[in-house]
Amino acid sequence: MSEQKVRIAIVGSGPAGLSAAARAKQLGISHLLIEKSDHLSDTIYKYQKGKHVMATPVQLPRRSDMKFDAGKREAVLGLWDDLAAEFAIDALINAEVLSITGQDGDFVLKVKGAANRWQRPDKPGEPHGPNVAGAGSDQVQEIRAEKVILAIGTQGNPNRMRVPGGDLPHVQYQLDDPNAYDNEHITVVGAGDAGIENALGLLEDPKLDNVVTILNRTADFSRAKGPNVQAMFAARDEGRLTVMPETTPALVENGWLTVETRDGPQRFRCDRIIARMGSAPPRAFVEGCCATFIEQEDPDGGKPKKVIKPGTGIEFSSPDREAYPKLSPQFESTVPGIFVVGALAGYPLIKHCMNQGYDVVEFINGNTSLEPVDTPLLAAKFSALPGRRSVDEWLEFLRENVIILNGVSPLQMREFMLDSDVRFYRAGDTVFERNEPGSSLFAIASGSVLVEVDPRDRSITVPIETGSIFGEVGLISGRPRGATVRAAEDAIIVEVSRLSALKLMAAVPAAKEAVTRISVERQLLQIFKSGLTSADLADVLDDYKIVRVRAGEAIINEGEEGYDVFVIRVGSMVVERTVAGRPVFLSYLPAGSYVGEMALLDGGRRTATVRAAIKSEVIRLNGDKMRALLARNARLRERFETDMANRQRLNSFIEAKKESFSGAVDLYSSVATFLVEQGIGDATDVLLIDEKLCVGCDNCEKACADSHDGLSRLNREAGKTYAHLHVPTSCRHCEHPHCMADCPPNAIHRGPDGEVFIDDSCIGCGNCQRNCPYGVIRMEMVPPKKPNLLSWLFFGRGPGPGEPSQKWAKANLPLTGDEKKDAELTKKRAIKCDMCSGIPGGPACVRACPTGAAIRVKPEEFLTVARLEA
Amino acid sequence: MATRGAKQIERSRSSAHEGFLQHRNHRWLKIALGLSIAALIVYLGVDVEPRHNGGSWYGYTLGTIGALLILWLTMLGVRKRAMTRGYFSLKAWTSAHVYLGLSLIVIATLHTGFQLGWNVHTLAYVLMMIVILSGIYGIIAYSTLPEALSDNRSEMTRSQMIETIAKLDRQIDIAAQLLEDTEIVRSSLKENPFRAGIFARLSGSDRNCRNARALQDMRARLATATGEQEDAIRAVVQLLERKAAALARIRRQLKIKARLEVWLFIHVPTTFALIAALSVHILSVFYYW
Ligand SMILES: Cc1cc2nc3c(=O)[nH]c(=O)nc-3n(C[C@H](O)[C@H](O)[C@H](O)COP(=O)(O)OP(=O)(O)OC[C@H]3O[C@@H](n4cnc5c(N)ncnc54)[C@H](O)[C@@H]3O)c2cc1C
Ligand code: HEM
Ligand code: SF4
Ligand code: SF4
Ligand code: SF4
Repeated sequence: MSEQKVRIAIVGSGPAGLSAAARAKQLGISHLLIEKSDHLSDTIYKYQKGKHVMATPVQLPRRSDMKFDAGKREAVLGLWDDLAAEFAIDALINAEVLSITGQDGDFVLKVKGAANRWQRPDKPGEPHGPNVAGAGSDQVQEIRAEKVILAIGTQGNPNRMRVPGGDLPHVQYQLDDPNAYDNEHITVVGAGDAGIENALGLLEDPKLDNVVTILNRTADFSRAKGPNVQAMFAARDEGRLTVMPETTPALVENGWLTVETRDGPQRFRCDRIIARMGSAPPRAFVEGCCATFIEQEDPDGGKPKKVIKPGTGIEFSSPDREAYPKLSPQFESTVPGIFVVGALAGYPLIKHCMNQGYDVVEFINGNTSLEPVDTPLLAAKFSALPGRRSVDEWLEFLRENVIILNGVSPLQMREFMLDSDVRFYRAGDTVFERNEPGSSLFAIASGSVLVEVDPRDRSITVPIETGSIFGEVGLISGRPRGATVRAAEDAIIVEVSRLSALKLMAAVPAAKEAVTRISVERQLLQIFKSGLTSADLADVLDDYKIVRVRAGEAIINEGEEGYDVFVIRVGSMVVERTVAGRPVFLSYLPAGSYVGEMALLDGGRRTATVRAAIKSEVIRLNGDKMRALLARNARLRERFETDMANRQRLNSFIEAKKESFSGAVDLYSSVATFLVEQGIGDATDVLLIDEKLCVGCDNCEKACADSHDGLSRLNREAGKTYAHLHVPTSCRHCEHPHCMADCPPNAIHRGPDGEVFIDDSCIGCGNCQRNCPYGVIRMEMVPPKKPNLLSWLFFGRGPGPGEPSQKWAKANLPLTGDEKKDAELTKKRAIKCDMCSGIPGGPACVRACPTGAAIRVKPEEFLTVARLEA
Repeated sequence: MATRGAKQIERSRSSAHEGFLQHRNHRWLKIALGLSIAALIVYLGVDVEPRHNGGSWYGYTLGTIGALLILWLTMLGVRKRAMTRGYFSLKAWTSAHVYLGLSLIVIATLHTGFQLGWNVHTLAYVLMMIVILSGIYGIIAYSTLPEALSDNRSEMTRSQMIETIAKLDRQIDIAAQLLEDTEIVRSSLKENPFRAGIFARLSGSDRNCRNARALQDMRARLATATGEQEDAIRAVVQLLERKAAALARIRRQLKIKARLEVWLFIHVPTTFALIAALSVHILSVFYYW
């Protein structure tokens, strides 16, 4: 590459980078698109073969020179290759940007690799052969640019093999097709989920004769999911896989691998290495752009470390893992001249990425009048509000008036409002009702509301003023609304979905603090009731701690001193007590309960142990301050005393039972412990099967399939059993659904009956399936409709009740020959239990069980000693 | 909100957790008993001339009740397969089915006025009693076998059981390569526990099991083998033993399942025969009486 300088260097050729390059080309701006892999758009390239790529959100218009429609991965990549060639975009492949230095107008990008000029490949989406000439090249060169656009996505870099020979061509970092190898000795390095899944994938087809070994650096396999680890050990026990813990690679040679084990080096045959040692998120690289590094003393006396001097480099909004770079409305980072777009800017969908690629180049080119493409969408959201304001004025109005939005940038504000709703309420209108489920957060932009704290007497209310928030309890704990809220006067109120509220809190630390403080205060008011006001709590709230508790960790130990009070904010706890030398399960405490009042009141030692059923968060309240509060507030004291009396009664009941029916108590206790081990502490509603009644007819599965698109959302046989109580594989509608964590189109919600469900905007990416720890989500194609029951009964038409076989489904698909429509028909989507919401009568699986073996229960209802009396 | 209310009630009931025989504190048992006792009291209390039979007003009443009951009992087969929306539960249906079905013993018997003979009317009665007797076997099976079904599978699913056999087969196939004579061992690979006749299933027997034969043969050979062959045979024997255990588990599973289902093969076809006989019975009564 000659020492020439381009106007814009674009790093990363995903949808955002490609779109930016295309715009630059159209505007005649000199540009260079720099891509580290040997093809364009690596993230999409790595989708599984034949994946249906979705173009959501549907209502968002696309503004880009690059075209994009929903379709197969190959078609999308082919179209982009065609267009990139047609526009003659200037692009380099095999060129990884290692660092960016310099300043606005004169940046220097250090690039590693062969840096080949991109040309349209013959077969888009196919590997260009094992390695394009020089791909592994270490050659480093510099590229100069006036402006830089970072569009590197969030996938990061796989960690590389840093041993002699680690750059040989038979070392690969991905396994596209596990069935492509036969008769090879293959070593997988790294036993995380990716490594184990690859190793098992290589063993899957018994016709292929591979000798597979998997290495792990440590002795434990805690990085991977339980089922994966189990499957790996099962394969080892059958002699199909060699598992080598505490082993690291030392030397790679053609055909051989030398490893370092606890007992010294070993050398064995190895034709191929698949290195799955995790990937480093790109954050460090981004933060280091144009940063000044300084040496910092290691407090432990080690070597001084190089760290970024505060205030230099690209700043992120907070240290949280979910945080994104701080950006101006024109996508400019805190380093002038470096712009960030795409997934790295916090916009995870392809359409967003493409629009931003276009917009950012227009901005750099001096187009200041460009209206963001989402303006019409926002205008529609604001159209029903009183008062004529432009979109920008509305955004500013909300930002100024709502406290938690004060620190939000205009760009974040737009994205935030796209995901939120804003409504006008007349005085007296209901915002939500007590016991209504809902996880969204409300913020008052003008006017005020009244919270009806007493269900019996509507006139007892607590006001919430302009600028403040409400509904935050649902946000934190996912529980139903605790009180009815009405507008006190005409009010403009923003409703924020749980996901965007969490995103906001991660991105804007001030918002997080505000929400936490208000939510802790409100949660305490709601739990303690007794006519407390926030003024009463001020003292207690000066000294609270939010403590994260690991599953199984105790917050209170039987017999210890202490009288702090704990409020469970997230997760759930179990209470145990030692009776006759053995721990007996006393009760289950869901989020929103408090413990520790006994020692507080009677001054004695702790009488039971309280430990987390799952990873939880508790609010720890200072015992002295709580005592002072009780001294001031007789009603609260009374309430605590009643609760204490109830718990004492429970204790003595158990103790009495234990003497007469120790078998029953042991059984109850061990069943409860079993259920807690099965993660029931996560659940709000769980399907159980009494195997003393289950005749194995699978009517439950059939009924589920027949009432849900022909696909069963439960697997009766799978799952653990204890004392004939079976926990089948079916959604538990978690308190904090893990599946929601990373859904690009935000398609997973909590519905009106507390059910967690997936809507039609699912793009089939499989993230939720990977994130659900209970393995309840399936990725399936929806089968065609079956002929009705009578025509099956009388004429044997169709496959009969229950889930049709895949063969029948494939054979009977009403394919049209139109590629787009057929892709819709055959695409896989995420399938899970929706608790039969909207079906009068409730869960079909339970109603269809002829013997009453299948039941759906709330853990706190099921795990009570009341069951002992039955 | 109404839906939610109803759901909550269903929920608290379901966490109370009664099986179909206890459903709602034996509601249908009480109703069926009440019905039978009422029928009996009337039978003993009223004086029908010349004597009790199907043709009296009392006989007609019981006959109509009985016939309608039979039709309704038959509808369970449809209800079970039609998961329509609505506030029903199959458990409640089964509970009612069982107890009302049993009450037919009283109702139908009183309906006959103990006038039985060699005719189509008695045929209907006998068929009904067969259906009922098979049903009684059914509830005995339903209340005694599920525990064994659960214990036997020890958390394994059907596909895992099949997969276990497939894995062992792969290993046996490889291990057999070292043997001098592989014929009999390989025949074990062809053993399919799912291809068994009804009686083999019900008894869980493995008399013709090719794996068992291979195991027997290999054990015998092990006694005389020496050197490398001995090691090879021992490895094969161990695998065949593991497979025998896996097969036994599947056979036990199939046996229990078969015992849970076999009676339906009498219960349902006889139901249809019963309805046919019942129709003839009713028609003939109206035409020829
Ligand atoms: C499995 C899966 C399925 C998905 N399905 C869909 C879908 O159906 N519809 C949808 O809208 N979205 C989908 N998404 C999300 C979407 O793919 C991403 O959000 C989108 O690709 C982000 O685009 P981007 O341009 O910001 O970055 P990316 O597409 O991630 O591209 C970044 C590029 O930068 C390159 N790069 C990184 N670092 C450097 C460096 N230092 N030097 C040079 N080059 C570098 C990378 O190789 C890569 O090619 C899916 C995501 C996944 C993981
Ligand atoms: C004349 C009387 C009866 C008739 C016509 C009748 C008919 C039927 C029919 C048609 C089915 C559906 C089977 C299927 O489709 O799988 C059924 C199921 C059943 N019957 Fe009966 N039945 C009668 C009496 C009884 C009695 C007296 C009992 C018990 C004592 C009984 C117990 C059962 C049971 C347990 C089932 C299975 C339910 C299930 O698994 O879904 N039946 N009966
Ligand atoms: S899908 Fe999994 S993570 Fe999501 S709610 Fe259900 S059980 Fe929980
Ligand atoms: S509650 Fe409904 S959706 Fe969920 S498993 Fe049962 S039948 Fe299926
Ligand atoms: S419907 Fe009931 S009896 Fe039948 S398999 Fe399911 S849980 Fe068991």
